[in-house]
Amino acid sequence: MAMDRAEKKVQTAPEDDYTHTQETVLDSGIRIKKLYTPQDTAHLSYEREIGDPGKFPYVRGIYPDMYWKRPWTRRLYAGFGNATETNQRFRFLLEHGQTGLSVALDLPTQMGLDSDDPLAAADAGRVGVAIDTLKDMEEIFEGIDLGKISTSFTINATAAIILAMYVAVGEKQGVSSEKLRGTVQNDILKEYMARGQYIFPPKPSLKIAGDTNEYCIRHVPRFNSVSVAGSHMHEYGATSVQQVAYTFCDALAYIDEVLRRGYAIDQFAQNISFLFCSRQNMFEDICTYRAARKRWAHIMKDQLQAKDPRSYILKFAAGGGGLWMTKRQPLNNIARATIVALASALGGAQSVLLAAYDEPFAIPTEESARISLNVQNILVHEVGLTDTIDPLGGSYFIESLTDEIDKKIVETMEWVKKNGGIVSLIEKGDIQKQLAQQAMQEEMRIQKGESVLVGVNRFVVDEDKTEEEMTFHEPDPLTRQRQVDRLNQVKRERDPQKVSAGLAELKKAALNGENLLPPLIQAVKAYATLGEMVQILKEIYGTYRAPSGI
Amino acid sequence: MERSPRIRVLITKVGLDAHERGAKLVAMALRNAGMEVIYTGLRNTPEMVAQAVLQENVDVVGISSLAGAHVETARMVSEALKKKGVGDVLLIMGGIIPKKDFEPLKKLGVQGIFSVHSTFDEIIDFIRKKVSPVLQVSA
Repeated sequence: MAMDRAEKKVQTAPEDDYTHTQETVLDSGIRIKKLYTPQDTAHLSYEREIGDPGKFPYVRGIYPDMYWKRPWTRRLYAGFGNATETNQRFRFLLEHGQTGLSVALDLPTQMGLDSDDPLAAADAGRVGVAIDTLKDMEEIFEGIDLGKISTSFTINATAAIILAMYVAVGEKQGVSSEKLRGTVQNDILKEYMARGQYIFPPKPSLKIAGDTNEYCIRHVPRFNSVSVAGSHMHEYGATSVQQVAYTFCDALAYIDEVLRRGYAIDQFAQNISFLFCSRQNMFEDICTYRAARKRWAHIMKDQLQAKDPRSYILKFAAGGGGLWMTKRQPLNNIARATIVALASALGGAQSVLLAAYDEPFAIPTEESARISLNVQNILVHEVGLTDTIDPLGGSYFIESLTDEIDKKIVETMEWVKKNGGIVSLIEKGDIQKQLAQQAMQEEMRIQKGESVLVGVNRFVVDEDKTEEEMTFHEPDPLTRQRQVDRLNQVKRERDPQKVSAGLAELKKAALNGENLLPPLIQAVKAYATLGEMVQILKEIYGTYRAPSGI
Repeated sequence: MERSPRIRVLITKVGLDAHERGAKLVAMALRNAGMEVIYTGLRNTPEMVAQAVLQENVDVVGISSLAGAHVETARMVSEALKKKGVGDVLLIMGGIIPKKDFEPLKKLGVQGIFSVHSTFDEIIDFIRKKVSPVLQVSA
């Protein structure tokens, strides 16, 4: 009987078979060989090209102990509706083993608009929490000690204002800015390339990003003041190699801006972190992360002459997977999220955040959020993943591919340099066009069935009832009205003279090219609204309308 | 041989949602299929869309929505179109749209709803059937 069953299992329909007729070629042009042998790594010196964990060039990890001592930080991108709801969700997540908070902000907040702005009509409080004034920030963190947590804000165009608010809340809790830990994404360049949430033209945006970086160097040293993100461009069509190369080019632009202000690279380097995302090819992702660490270490040491070894290390968050999540047979997405988390961990990420399985439908429910975290908890606690450091290190395939990807990253960065630099390529729309074309090719491969997507173009079921059986996060239709009411109440209760004085100082600082953070913190404390502050800056810097890029 | 007039399509993003990948890809695919495509870029108000529909004299308006505001967006765009007196335009939407919202969207005049897994051919066929049934028959 048992035998019968076993035999039956082996018999699969011909279409289920997977046979290679030729070698796989990655999007970056790297050919994956059928078999790797010691010959493929013979040219690599362990000490020089790979190194122990915590040793230059950090291929095997940035810390000597890596997850053996402390597993990666498990994050979930969360935040919706208003501050009170987000506060509740955060307390829930902290109780369920989440070790860092990740705040999703609604689109009006990301675009510097108050909730009562007509353009915010459909979006206030929808994909993240609405922050109009300091009041909202105070409530999000009520009962949560800012001295004990690390908070990551996905905020770019208005990062300076959000940081100003966080600093102000810390002050009110009695936590000095020196003790605050967390991240503001503050990576405006990739907004023009892929993510789309920009307000001002690229050059003034770079200046404002520089202000945030400079302020953190001086006053919020434990904050990662910029998380240079490749994940959005990767999901937007960039290859794995481009995701790293373009991100490094962006990072170098932020570094230039800080060095220009008279700081040394070692004062700033440790404030920089990165965000990458994993896509379908697990080994490519793992090796990309390993290669990125090596290349960054060389850039910092050889090119920028950093002296402090802590400046050499590339700290990064990884995960994502939103684009890979399918709407058909959505429970399969839990398996995909597991692979994304596994790739991130085997690649040595410092923190991991995963898209939830219901990503193609809505923002996560409490249940889908919990599953997303538990995928990571299972990897940390159940399967021995953290028992030895860099378990894949030394594999002929892994070390060879890492080396090849590193070379491609160098090549791509040189191409950017030769073509006028990253800012110029963005201003011309060239990168946007390149990514759109690559995304098109990717999409066509799926539509033609050349790239398999289980449940979508292979192993399809006739009628997928899963969606009907799922429950989704339901936005509260009254969210915006409530938020507008809160905003109006704050406006009634604040001291209008302090607000005008704060806004006037902000304007003066912007006109004089001074750092905007000190006046922003003052304005924030006077409960000036986000929209009011951004409006002042729009009048000075102008707004940006991008080339269509197609 | 009679040349069929090209179908004119406006692809747009309304409100603050900036997920642009799908909008751009659909715009490119429709263009490759021989349609005249205008892509508005990000952050349009419903009024801007209605104005563009009039100015460009398009047959189809395709709205891409991936941040959950699709019903609200459809309502506002329909109203703006009505205000401008535009009645004969084919309104379609694509993006992240749960099934439960299909009915409300249809009531608001959205005739075609496409998901992240819809193929370009499905979208192209749908538009061709709806916009030029006569040409389809004679072809």
